[in-house]
Amino acid sequence: MKDLDKLESQSVYILREAYANFKNLAMLWSIGKDSTVLLWLARKAFAGHVPFPLVHIDTAYKIPEMIEYRDRLALEWKLNMVYGQNVEALKEKRTYPDGNLDRINCCKTLKTEALRNTLSGAWTRYRLDHNLKKYVVDENKEPYTGVIVGVRSDEEGSRSKERYFSPRDKRNDWNVGDQPPELWNQFKTDFAPGTHIRIHPLLDWTELNIWEYIERENIPTTSLYYDRGEGKRYRSLGCYPCTFPVESTAKNVREIIEELRTGKFANIAERAGRAQDKEDGGGLETLRKDGYM
Amino acid sequence: MKTTEKIAEKMNIVIVGHVDHGKSTVIGRLLADTGSLPQGKLDQVRAECQRNAKPFEYAFLLDALKDEKAQGITIDSARCFFKSKKREYIIIDAPGHIEFLKNMISGAARAEAALLVIDAKEGVQENSKRHGYILSLLGIKQIAVCVNKMDLANYSQETFEKIEKEYRAFLKQIGVEPKLFIPIAAFHGDNMVEKSPKLPWYKGPSILEVLDGFENAKNLEDKPFRMPVQGIYKFTEEGDDRRIVAGKIESGKISVGDKVIFLPSNKRSEIKSIEIFNVPSPKTIGAGNSTGFTLKEQIYIQRGDVMCRIDEAQPLVGPLIQAEIFWMGKKPMVFDKEYKLKIGTAKIPVHLKKIKKIIDASDLKKADKEIIERNDVAQIVLECAWSMAFDTAEAIEATGRFVIVDEYDIAGGGIISALVRDEQADVREQVQQREMKWDFSIVDAKERAVKYGHRPKLILFTGKVGVDKKSIAKEVEKALFQKSSKTYFLGIGNLLRGLDADVEKQKTARREHVRRLGEVAHILMDAGLIVFATASNLNDEELRLLQEVTDRSSLFIVNVGKNEFTGSVVDLNLSEKDSVSANSEKVLKLIEAQNLLSPSSDASIG
Repeated sequence: MKDLDKLESQSVYILREAYANFKNLAMLWSIGKDSTVLLWLARKAFAGHVPFPLVHIDTAYKIPEMIEYRDRLALEWKLNMVYGQNVEALKEKRTYPDGNLDRINCCKTLKTEALRNTLSGAWTRYRLDHNLKKYVVDENKEPYTGVIVGVRSDEEGSRSKERYFSPRDKRNDWNVGDQPPELWNQFKTDFAPGTHIRIHPLLDWTELNIWEYIERENIPTTSLYYDRGEGKRYRSLGCYPCTFPVESTAKNVREIIEELRTGKFANIAERAGRAQDKEDGGGLETLRKDGYM
Repeated sequence: MKTTEKIAEKMNIVIVGHVDHGKSTVIGRLLADTGSLPQGKLDQVRAECQRNAKPFEYAFLLDALKDEKAQGITIDSARCFFKSKKREYIIIDAPGHIEFLKNMISGAARAEAALLVIDAKEGVQENSKRHGYILSLLGIKQIAVCVNKMDLANYSQETFEKIEKEYRAFLKQIGVEPKLFIPIAAFHGDNMVEKSPKLPWYKGPSILEVLDGFENAKNLEDKPFRMPVQGIYKFTEEGDDRRIVAGKIESGKISVGDKVIFLPSNKRSEIKSIEIFNVPSPKTIGAGNSTGFTLKEQIYIQRGDVMCRIDEAQPLVGPLIQAEIFWMGKKPMVFDKEYKLKIGTAKIPVHLKKIKKIIDASDLKKADKEIIERNDVAQIVLECAWSMAFDTAEAIEATGRFVIVDEYDIAGGGIISALVRDEQADVREQVQQREMKWDFSIVDAKERAVKYGHRPKLILFTGKVGVDKKSIAKEVEKALFQKSSKTYFLGIGNLLRGLDADVEKQKTARREHVRRLGEVAHILMDAGLIVFATASNLNDEELRLLQEVTDRSSLFIVNVGKNEFTGSVVDLNLSEKDSVSANSEKVLKLIEAQNLLSPSSDASIG
């Protein structure tokens, strides 16, 4: 079997295990390349269908094209699309762009906190109504007990420590030192009330694998990843005040693959354009312990 | 800019060994010497060490997490990547500290090859042995032993050979034959990527050369076909009417038109199509693929069943197995406690039946105790609540290994060495024959269920004499009948004075009564009915007999009064003190809640 086939097969296996074991299952879709590949893999796993909701945390500072792309695919692929938002904080202007918070705390407020409360059902969820073609308040307030996330182990140090099925306690805490064993494709699927499991089907994929797969499967991506004549492109997507493009003239998937294979970025972290990672000496890890993805 | 060639091959390797014997140094050095580190990273860590006035160690390179730095020991199976000319390697670091054995196992279980590191000065230690043993249980056969820190042993050939001799002797006892022993000084890079002039007496390859000499996993397509069923999907959106049996093919290959059998349920059908999203349907597919099939006949199968080809060697079927396990649980494994066994996609209640021996993995001495404690390795007999399909690990690895779940956590892992013959073995063979030759109507089971509005079921009430099981059974039957279900109350007395009239009223006759009850219920279920039956004082083996004759997934077991089963699992317990109507209400509620009778559900048991 080819490498991409192996990766695909394992991810599909994990998605199907998740579906078999969790009644309240959801997949986080950040609109980025990784979670879009994950979404595609879900369609592979379930014969073209996606039998669980896709959850997006909308910070209101996402690059507008991302939201447009999200809703276009959601309608086209008949996705059960749900988003959550920290409405209070936005109203009170408790954000970094408003000058009231530093980057890390803005992430905590608009992403981590919004995510936690959207997953638990404590805050309002907005669901895409396919007939009205707009978002309505979601009646389902049950907490999601299984959350599928598209993190990859090569992205960044703390993500390399993840399991495929990783428990989070009531406070969303991740106990890195005491994780359950995971062997022979047997995962932790039993969990105590109040806890939930994060499921990571893309753990073994690399950035290059992702692009090779996007090319092979012809998966639609947002044009933000490509140079549109300015010699710049985004390598990782986030909120516009804190995400910066890299120098690159790659105009399409093929050129990105070529660029990655030259090793141009071998020594530059993929998330180097994400400003929050650089604060506090261990930004992303600090965020992840609190429930950030 | 030069375009590097695409390296197609990848290999997962694991590096294990006793704490402080230098695993992290080996990894750090491999990364550094193959040019796999981010630019400036090494200098950055060196500078950091200088600032904190501590000697530089390669381990610091790998300490991606703050936690880890604080503790000074690797706590998890971090992954790092490096490339040789031959292939790309993924190193799964496995902690040496005994506290983190479960992390070491999680890492090592994914590896195709292993490097086992031993400190030349300290020699063979407890975890050198334990890790060697665990690698053998995990089925990792490609192992090289690195005798590290040769610089601290004056690059002495004598020291090296002494360690090689001692450790080889140990590994031989557990049936492991390492590919070779390599003297190294990882910190200085001796024999890591290049051969070292400081070890002129060593004529073998360097570590990287040894790694390149390992082979990728063998093709599993030549073994018999096995696919544990992950789910049966039917998504009706946009008129999709395919019913897809999904799973990952663990071994063998299969083609459209092949006849298949699902075990342990003995259901048969034929492959109609192979379904892969966004790809034209292939005619044949083999090991390693996560895929889906549609079948010619619509039969009731469930998650946990193993799909096999009828024309090939079949897996073993039974509830009793002999296994070797390692225990990682915080609480020990004890007798008289229900655990869950997960094998393939099946999950079955299980209990410890017998400890044959507990082995101290570090010295292979037999320990004399009645519980299996954390980090113990043991040879045991396990008894599942019902039959499962499996292979011995030697025959087919993927269907020959399992984990044990204690409450919410995976607490043990093991490999099956043999099927143990149980009391129901004869009847199981008879039932296999029956199912193999069963003459089917051209109305298939699924079609019938859809027409009747429910799937067939045997709802069995058991408990002591005088707990009024019969009244509850009749009440529930009536309630379901009134909702237009096709039901039948099968009175046990009616059988005794009729079908069973030839069986003498001796003690041994009871088993035959139970068997015939099962066979009659089986026919009535083939007719599509929901059958109600009562049986007083059923014991574990009698219940097992019924499970074999009718198949556990078509049974719903209600116990009235005190539950005296030890190894069997009932679906509902009722108190004999409650009224008949209250009890029948409970039965109806649970049937409803579990969607037990839905003709479209392929709900699993367990």
